[in-house]
Amino acid sequence: MNILNYMADFLGDGAHWTGYDGIPTRVGEHIGYTLMALGIAAAVGLPVGLLTGHTGRGGNALALIATVGRALPSFGLMVLMFLLLGLGMAPVLIPLVVLAIPPILVTTYEAMRSVDPAPVDAARGMGMGEPEVLFRVELPVALPLILSGLRSAAIQIVSTATIAAYVSFGGLGRYIVDGLYQRDYEKVVGGATLVAAMALATLALFWAVTRLTVSRGVRGAGTG
Amino acid sequence: MSGLFDMPSYLEYSYFGLVGLHLREALIPVLAGLLVALPLAQLCVRVRWLYPPVLWVTTILYAIPSLAFFVVLIDYTGLSETTVMIPLAVYSLVVLVPAIVDGVRAVPQETLAAATAMGFGPVRRYLQVQLPIAAPAIIAGLRVACVSSISLVSVGMLIGNQGALGNMLDAGLKYDQPRLVWLSVGGTAVLATAVDAVLIGLRLLLTPWMPRGARTPAVKEATG
Repeated sequence: MNILNYMADFLGDGAHWTGYDGIPTRVGEHIGYTLMALGIAAAVGLPVGLLTGHTGRGGNALALIATVGRALPSFGLMVLMFLLLGLGMAPVLIPLVVLAIPPILVTTYEAMRSVDPAPVDAARGMGMGEPEVLFRVELPVALPLILSGLRSAAIQIVSTATIAAYVSFGGLGRYIVDGLYQRDYEKVVGGATLVAAMALATLALFWAVTRLTVSRGVRGAGTG
Repeated sequence: MSGLFDMPSYLEYSYFGLVGLHLREALIPVLAGLLVALPLAQLCVRVRWLYPPVLWVTTILYAIPSLAFFVVLIDYTGLSETTVMIPLAVYSLVVLVPAIVDGVRAVPQETLAAATAMGFGPVRRYLQVQLPIAAPAIIAGLRVACVSSISLVSVGMLIGNQGALGNMLDAGLKYDQPRLVWLSVGGTAVLATAVDAVLIGLRLLLTPWMPRGARTPAVKEATG
């Protein structure tokens, strides 16, 4: 029950809820990093994944990009970027984006490829143009899988943004890294709790988005 | 400090010593994860209603950031290698269970019926028919588990220098030696790529009946 005591002490202390190092500030920073990185990664990964998936070409190139992206250690990359570029948003955002693109890209491609070809052909037969086929037939059917790719990207970003604290950044990792240096275990556990809570909140958010956006006809058969 | 691979003495290992340590810290957890995942997946295949709750639990475990996971374990296992290896084993387990379940479930019913008709008992059928046919899916899972495990070991640096190659990041940053950071990032990436290549080779060896260029099934992505 030791851990639970630490959690309660940290979260119960009113001083932790205000000011520069307060929980709301740190949560805000963490959400900021996550949204920015996810936004950039989705802006790159979604269109490319949708198009390659729609045309069915470039699958091997995507697999190669994903393998390379996964092999790069995000923590090391963050330290390296910090060393090369100094303090700034770029050293944090670059590794986070590199981390998030492969799951978005590959899952989107796979999602588009796994759409049943029969309705796609039927749509063409009804006279739909390619953009219509893509957005009105393939995308709604592929949506659950695409969202699951975005979900794993988001969760990876939340978890890796924690490590950004090591190279002097804000966010919830601050508590863990500072706590470890100050041998303040209460702070460390408090930070870990908040990070885990945020990851679970991300999971819940995506679950809700999936419920709201996936058409009822697809939901029964789709993967969640 | 003349040679490229010379290490400062406070790292306590030579470069290749760190590479060995890194491999051990990354791969033992994957092996442990596989050993638990195989029976657990088989249970999920046999007892159908068990799979959705298992999937839920694994998704939630997977969302817990590595640093938070390490930190909470410090209270039980201290600043040690074990603290780094337990979360990595859990992440591997989480990637492998769905990969194995989907792989084993995808074995055609006719194939199973044929095996039964030939007099195979359940154990022999599992070992000689289901597992080999599921091998590409299992190895796809192992690839993701190994690569993300190798990348995550570095984060262990933050808890009492337990990050093998990741320890060089701290040394490089503190004493302003970019060479060490480059060596860490490059070494980790090469290690991940090499292990990935070995696993691809293993798949080709284990599944001689598959066409060479065949794509492996997509697997859930890994957390950071």
